[in-house]
Amino acid sequence: MSGVQSTGALRALLKRDLLLAYRRRSEMAQPVIFLLVVVSLFPLGVGPSPQLLGTIAPGVIWIAALLATVLSLDSLFRSDFEDGSIEQFLLSGHPLTLIALIKTAAHWLTAGLPLVLLSPLLAVWMNLPAEGARVLVLTLAIGTPVLSLIGAIGGALTVSLKRGGQLLSLLVFPLYVPLLIIATNAVSAATAGLPFAGQLGLMLAGLVGALTLAPFAASAALKLSLE
Amino acid sequence: MNRVWLFFHKMGSPPWFYRFSGKLLPWLWGLFFVLAAWGLYLGLVKAPPDYLQGESARIMYIHVPAAWMSMLIYVLVAAMGLIGLVWHVRIAEIMAICSAPIGAFFTAIALATGSLWGRPTWGTYWVWDARLTSELVLLFLYLGVIALYNSFDEPRKAARAASLLALVGVVNLPIIHYSVTWWNTLHQGTSISASGSSIHPSMLWPLLIMAVATKFFYAANLLVRTRHRLLLQDHRKQWVRNVIMKEGS
Repeated sequence: MSGVQSTGALRALLKRDLLLAYRRRSEMAQPVIFLLVVVSLFPLGVGPSPQLLGTIAPGVIWIAALLATVLSLDSLFRSDFEDGSIEQFLLSGHPLTLIALIKTAAHWLTAGLPLVLLSPLLAVWMNLPAEGARVLVLTLAIGTPVLSLIGAIGGALTVSLKRGGQLLSLLVFPLYVPLLIIATNAVSAATAGLPFAGQLGLMLAGLVGALTLAPFAASAALKLSLE
Repeated sequence: MNRVWLFFHKMGSPPWFYRFSGKLLPWLWGLFFVLAAWGLYLGLVKAPPDYLQGESARIMYIHVPAAWMSMLIYVLVAAMGLIGLVWHVRIAEIMAICSAPIGAFFTAIALATGSLWGRPTWGTYWVWDARLTSELVLLFLYLGVIALYNSFDEPRKAARAASLLALVGVVNLPIIHYSVTWWNTLHQGTSISASGSSIHPSMLWPLLIMAVATKFFYAANLLVRTRHRLLLQDHRKQWVRNVIMKEGS
């Protein structure tokens, strides 16, 4: 299969996935609303002290973003798997790795990007200082694609199971640990006026690593699920 | 070279594996019992109590080998899973998945003994220390592999999915380990850790003997589990009938 043909097919796939997401707007809005509700529970649970909220803000917002991403991951491959589209993708002869990458990109655009755009509001809610809020948006912009990429492996592994949702969270949360540590540390460092370029550099390295490796694992998992 | 290849090819055949492992098992169990008895005698009776921690330091002879095994077995799960995924060797798939519960138990033992050890020495059952945390994450990784395996109906597909997850996990394991170390050292500055080379021989020897003993325990336990699963999966096949006729009579 020549490269040109694949490019056209992949562009069509991205367009199709975005269109499907647009047609299911209310379903796509669920992770975003989930994020808002979870973050708003924290001031109610730990008390409205601005000092305390500002300290725990990076962790709370990041963990809420992890939960919201995992919530939307289960549907990443599921509908395509159930209606047989994935089988057709495989038969089409286009590399399944690239198809997995495109589907992950569509997932990030519809589920990850809204979280990034919403994060300034969350920073205000959680009383995060302005320097911290800027870095929070940056870490989420770098980190949410990694969440989608690693999560796609879990989604592909559990797609042939009837109830994969809870299992999926068990599989991917341990893999998210490094990202959570580094991202929240960058935000805390920025709030304290310390340098944070190193943390962002590590996150970018993680993004490059996930971008190059995760689609291969995801496509292997998809093939396995089709067996 | 030829003989080595022949050996590996034979190991891939369930009846041959069953017979071979049956002959190996008594030796593995025997070596484990002898070494464990020797190591525990040296460690619990002969070794002097620690000058700072007193008798409680003796928990080290279980704790440290268990922690070593917990990490080694995860790498072995991934390695055997890779062999199973690439060359479609069914025995390797089964051995990978049979290793996971053993590794999870070693991890749980390391965490439990560590927490019991922490109470008299650190004054608390649990701190979010780098080593404790990465061991806990390792336990979650094991539980994920086991849970994924158990959610499939078809055993071969289940083993392959779990192997793939273990491979993804083993790539992440060093990243998790270093990020957790880095996270902790930023928060705490210094932490209590064993300085490997400064252990006195009277304490080092029982530790090393126990480390070897746990390897034999793992090997023996793994073979028992693998044999059991082979019999279950192949219960309609002729070789299993032959085994049952022979061992039953």
